[in-house]
Amino acid sequence: MNKVFPDIPALNTSEFAIEAEEMVKKFGSFVANDHLNFSVSRGEIFGFLGANGAGKTTAIRILCGLSKPTSGKIRVAGYDVFTQTEKIKKRIGYMSQRFSLYEDLTVSENFRFYGAIYGMRRANIKEKTREMLNRLGITELENTVIASLPLGIRQKLAFSVAIMHTPEIVFLDEPTGGVDPITRRQFWEMIYEAAASGITVFVTTHYMDEAEYCNRVSIMVDGKIEALDTPANLKMQYDAASMNDVFLKLARRSVKSEK
Amino acid sequence: MSEYAIRCEGLGKQYGKTQALDDLCFSVKRGEIFGFIGPDGAGKTSLFRILTTLLLPDTGTAIVEGYDVVKDYKALRKILGYMPGKFSLYQDLTVEENLNFFAGIFNADIRENYYLIKDIYDQIAPFAKRRAGKLSGGMKQKLALSCALIHKPVVLVLDEPTTGVDAVSRREFWEMLIRLKKEGITIIVATPYMDEAILCDRVALIQHGKILATDTPVAITQAYPRQLFRIRSNNTLGLIRQLKEHPEIQSADMFGEFVHASAEPGKLDPAEIRTFLEQAGLGQTEVSIATPGIEDCFIDLMRKENE
Repeated sequence: MNKVFPDIPALNTSEFAIEAEEMVKKFGSFVANDHLNFSVSRGEIFGFLGANGAGKTTAIRILCGLSKPTSGKIRVAGYDVFTQTEKIKKRIGYMSQRFSLYEDLTVSENFRFYGAIYGMRRANIKEKTREMLNRLGITELENTVIASLPLGIRQKLAFSVAIMHTPEIVFLDEPTGGVDPITRRQFWEMIYEAAASGITVFVTTHYMDEAEYCNRVSIMVDGKIEALDTPANLKMQYDAASMNDVFLKLARRSVKSEK
Repeated sequence: MSEYAIRCEGLGKQYGKTQALDDLCFSVKRGEIFGFIGPDGAGKTSLFRILTTLLLPDTGTAIVEGYDVVKDYKALRKILGYMPGKFSLYQDLTVEENLNFFAGIFNADIRENYYLIKDIYDQIAPFAKRRAGKLSGGMKQKLALSCALIHKPVVLVLDEPTTGVDAVSRREFWEMLIRLKKEGITIIVATPYMDEAILCDRVALIQHGKILATDTPVAITQAYPRQLFRIRSNNTLGLIRQLKEHPEIQSADMFGEFVHASAEPGKLDPAEIRTFLEQAGLGQTEVSIATPGIEDCFIDLMRKENE
């Protein structure tokens, strides 16, 4: 494998971590992403909301370099999603509720595995593992198999692993699904800390109170971004008491017959 | 007949060293929507599998509509409708074939019972010839509910029917449940979403295999033991840290754009908190008295349990 000096940050001189202009993705005649325009500032917590089937997963796959858009001008961490997907993958982190850690590996083995995938040096992996476990106050669990840990701790570890290589952007796909309300809040404190340290956070959730924790929120309906603003402005614009009401007002406009 | 559809006493289940269910006692009245609210791993699925005769309890008894879940499992299965958390219809059969199959094994007449599922099934009927595996999440959910209802069960057991489902579809699903309740079906439903609690007649809050509280949602929130405040500032994280420094404040948690903080009744008023926060350099803050919700209660009960 080529050594690519992974510890040197990408030379993204733009103030934006993500820039998408006229992003389109078609599957046959079906338009999953219909001319999306948005940009995410560095260090921002950006909420990416939408009903099931609105096109969120398609967009995230493109932004992570896993799928090529049909057309558009899209840069992630300063790299082009058409031609530089391998570079994008090195500069991002990803965590979802379903796929996160290897359950039959120990905590430190998971850190070692993901650290190695991102091309981190051994010493750096060790240092990061210690730092992350200290932060969570669970250094004693270093050699514990993931399967035997409570869900709450697993989710926090999965997030730590996703940011251990100090990515420019971390994508969180429903990171708090099914988690108890205390852990959910501790998780958001971790997100705030990561954002404060300069990591851009791109997050999807079905918990509408969590939409309020984002700096800005976009809401997708039938493949289009129908709204994009701060939670406060969206509530004002849609004359709604909460983000839940904003979401219901927008998502009910969906014209798709398929539910 | 008793007024109860379900009665459980001392129900326990252990997997190796893990106590999945710990001495559960509760009853569900006929015709009510009873919610089990709790996070993943709380024991909801184990409990539902016992109630549907798919898992044997280690200790205790569970009686559903007069039938013991262990001794009378054959008779009980005939009157239960069960929608598991994981989609478990036949992916290779079409929508229509799945419905026919479930009607067939229960010896049910689809035409006779169609009125029960009409509202739900009509929405997926245009896709009757599509294989179940090729349906979207929302449609799978509707088919699963139709199949669980086609034999007109007396008790409907729904294990996390709304998990991973968006806010609009969740609301529609609950509208369907409320219609089914009107048909006299007893419904027990598990959910990790605290906001769904208010849609139930009664709820049990469950965590680590134990029931933390059972009551109507209103009674649970009224039993919240402290004074709750709703506070807003443009620096949420700083606000929480500062609130936790105050000797009288016992909790401070994020709630959407607000922070909820609690203190013993009579100890603090909004003005005092505002002054405290201003002196701490937090600038403009908004402080008011808040009404506790189910999530406030759940957090409070969880902390007590963990102590």
